[in-house]
Amino acid sequence: MDSTELAGLARTPLFDLHVELGAKMVAFAGYAMAVQYRAGVLAEHLHTRAAAGLFDVSHMGQAELRGLDPAAALEALVPGDVQSLGAGRMRYTLLTDERGGILDDLMVTRDADRLFLVVNASRKAEDFAHLRAGLRGNVELVELPDRALLALQGPRAAAVLSRLAPGIDGLAFLSGTRAMVAGISCFVTRSGYTGEDGFEISCPADRAETLARRLLAEPEVAPIGLGARDSLRLEAGLCLYGADIDTTTTPIEAALAWTISKRRREGGSYPGDSVIRRQLAEGPPRLRVGLRPRDRAPARAHTQIAGIDGTALGEVTSGGFGPSLDAPIAMGYVPAGHARPGTELRLIVRGTPRPGDVAPLPFVPHRYRKP
Amino acid sequence: MSALYFTKDHEWISVEGDVGTIGITDYAQVHLGDLVFVELPEVGRKIASGKEAAVVESVKAASDVFVPVSGEVIEVNKAVVDKPALVNENPEGAAWLFKLRLADPSELKGLMDRKAYQAYCNTLE
Repeated sequence: MDSTELAGLARTPLFDLHVELGAKMVAFAGYAMAVQYRAGVLAEHLHTRAAAGLFDVSHMGQAELRGLDPAAALEALVPGDVQSLGAGRMRYTLLTDERGGILDDLMVTRDADRLFLVVNASRKAEDFAHLRAGLRGNVELVELPDRALLALQGPRAAAVLSRLAPGIDGLAFLSGTRAMVAGISCFVTRSGYTGEDGFEISCPADRAETLARRLLAEPEVAPIGLGARDSLRLEAGLCLYGADIDTTTTPIEAALAWTISKRRREGGSYPGDSVIRRQLAEGPPRLRVGLRPRDRAPARAHTQIAGIDGTALGEVTSGGFGPSLDAPIAMGYVPAGHARPGTELRLIVRGTPRPGDVAPLPFVPHRYRKP
Repeated sequence: MSALYFTKDHEWISVEGDVGTIGITDYAQVHLGDLVFVELPEVGRKIASGKEAAVVESVKAASDVFVPVSGEVIEVNKAVVDKPALVNENPEGAAWLFKLRLADPSELKGLMDRKAYQAYCNTLE
């Protein structure tokens, strides 16, 4: 990307560091982001699964909900169970619209009397406007544009971060805490988007480069770009907003029914609740599934999915190559009757029907920290 | 003695007699990144100049390889199908993609030599 293309893009606090590290910069959600460093996507992906990878995800939207009972207020906009979140606990949930479509997916952490939110970069302006318009009662949304977000992911992440933040290994999966990391005041959650154990570290933007350099100085840590972030999350079976989920997919079709607790299934009142409750009772017409091509040709997003008799079934929503599996993998939507793992189908790659099978998700087992 | 030509789509063609050997350039492999899949044309297929003949795919994306000149495919390099990473290692040598029997060698006149190609790449940076 040349300087004129970069000029119109927002930059994260780590922009100069990315360039110094030899990153290839691309436009993503209005930001200049590192898609890969010198090692390349394959090596970065495998390094994250073997040791620890550092990701700059400062483009994502960070905000807090403050005021009187923000959990009750947020539940009016999401099907997830926020009120039952204990102190310091974190949950994945969805903003839905009146038709039960997904406006965005987000992480919510209860930090004392506040809720800490992380939303997608591509959706943050819309999300924040939607939240402001929809939050009832005495609850305020406070954006945190002066904070950076770093993710440290991989089997060595806990050992590395413990050196900079002693005791941090005691943090349970899907929990968050305020912590000093290398002398910098941070909010650390045990979470991520790779299927590996790891952390997301929210820190003041003006300390982000110091923190990133300190982490990169640890022998197990390498910088990882958005290219590997995408192949890691795909292997982990995690959705990408705008590809696998959007306003045309419901949480039930997206195989995200697990994000809706019993209490919220029974009594929840949120946008699209009648559609979602009906799909829970009757089953959805289609489902997001894993797909494994039988040969080595990747089936990319928008590849048509057909039955073995040639009937059109649906479309791939994310697809590519899984470096840890050394094989192509994909996710897409098929009619519920074709969603059972092992169902043979055809992936129409450049006009040629190629055999593939519905596969269980995740493709690579999650290795989150056990409680 | 073979003659070497380049295209704006970052293919190279090395011509000996009426046979052209085609691959992608080092510039192309650097920009594509780690290749994980290569699809080559069938031997015997006749392809017109400028048409897609092969596909090279990295983790992130698929890219077409176009034939710089018209001809009939007479041989493909199975080694790169078995090990696409060879294209990253030696794109302008052992990791050639396929060979064509040229239909009209005069089509080569529209292509660049190495010096012109280098100058063209410099304008892209």
